[in-house]
Amino acid sequence: MAKVKISKKSTRIDMTAMCDVAFLLLSFFIMTATAKQPEPKPVDAPASTIEEKLPEEGVATITVGDKQVFFTIPADAQIRRKTLERISAKYGVKFTEQEYKTFEGIQGFGVPVTKLKGLMALSTNDRNQPGVQEGIPFDSVKNQLGDWVKFAREANREILDAKVAAGEEGVVLKDLDIAIKGDAKEDYTTVKRVIEILQEQDKNRFYLVTGLRNEDF
Amino acid sequence: MAELNTGDGGGKGKKVRSKKSNPGVDLTAMVDLAFLLITFFMLTTSLSKPQAMPLPMPDKDKPEQPKDNTKIPEDRMMTILIGQDNKILWYMGQFETPRIPPTEASFGKNGIRKDLLKNVQLGKQVAANEGKPDQGLIVNIKASDAASYKNLVDILDEMAITKPQLFALGDITPGEIDLLEKTGLLTPVAK
Repeated sequence: MAKVKISKKSTRIDMTAMCDVAFLLLSFFIMTATAKQPEPKPVDAPASTIEEKLPEEGVATITVGDKQVFFTIPADAQIRRKTLERISAKYGVKFTEQEYKTFEGIQGFGVPVTKLKGLMALSTNDRNQPGVQEGIPFDSVKNQLGDWVKFAREANREILDAKVAAGEEGVVLKDLDIAIKGDAKEDYTTVKRVIEILQEQDKNRFYLVTGLRNEDF
Repeated sequence: MAELNTGDGGGKGKKVRSKKSNPGVDLTAMVDLAFLLITFFMLTTSLSKPQAMPLPMPDKDKPEQPKDNTKIPEDRMMTILIGQDNKILWYMGQFETPRIPPTEASFGKNGIRKDLLKNVQLGKQVAANEGKPDQGLIVNIKASDAASYKNLVDILDEMAITKPQLFALGDITPGEIDLLEKTGLLTPVAK
């Protein structure tokens, strides 16, 4: 019998192209990844099986944790400025141009209106230290959270109206989306009060921010 | 000049031959690393986006509005009460005259899910008998003050899984609090 000769081939493959592609993709993902914004109140959201994503833009977030409430206005300089203008008018607190600029850069905050100026004077790093911000008052007597939500919605509406009036195309007139981001261990009473505040101003549709449930639920 | 000899046969008067080195570098490790990083960035960018659960709430009752007098079909109405320590009590029908007496349950696949699926089927049947095949079970969720936010999200998640016709968050009544306290699902608050 003739011996079957197995031709010895090199087991090595040229990986140059693979390497190129891998690094191309790597650079792409690194560049598109957005850095996590520092939050004054990091909370651990409960998990759910729902796989709907939160809209990326134009969502105001109410963060609830340790019986404190924080508010994040969408990252749009105009909405933030106009919201603060309304707060300034209602509570009679005057802000300087510099403070408006600072406020436009603040991601989330949780202080009573009277302490807002003090918060703006701090650096971003100091601002997000635990314990610096005490939460926005949201009881029925001092319902500042309700005002913030209301004014943010009004500001959003005003901007959209202005865009429509200017004849911009593709503008969808929609109400500001509100998301509640609560800590899993938070009492139901606190969240109930926040939901009540939203209902008081006929904001009956909102989102609950949840994490991804990984186990077989 | 200094010479670095490796190998044994170097010094035996043989011709010094420059070694033909392979011009290709072994890229395996590099590719491994690159793909590892790609995986990491892909997962962190798409998975870290928060999930969101849309929650529609009913209009708040306003005193000047006339009350909506639509009868709730009690045969297919289920009420879920959430007590302390992740415990649930549920009943069908009205509180005073329940169709299925209050039953204790826990969260999760083997707890409230089974009851819910059974009741969803039951609700569909009842609705079909009533001649409304497009309707089904109506769930009223009432959380006590001892419940946590996680309980609320969990029960809403069950709603998304079992899909009753309708669900709503309601306010707990004093009678229901009493019931929870009697069954030991709620520690009475000193008044």
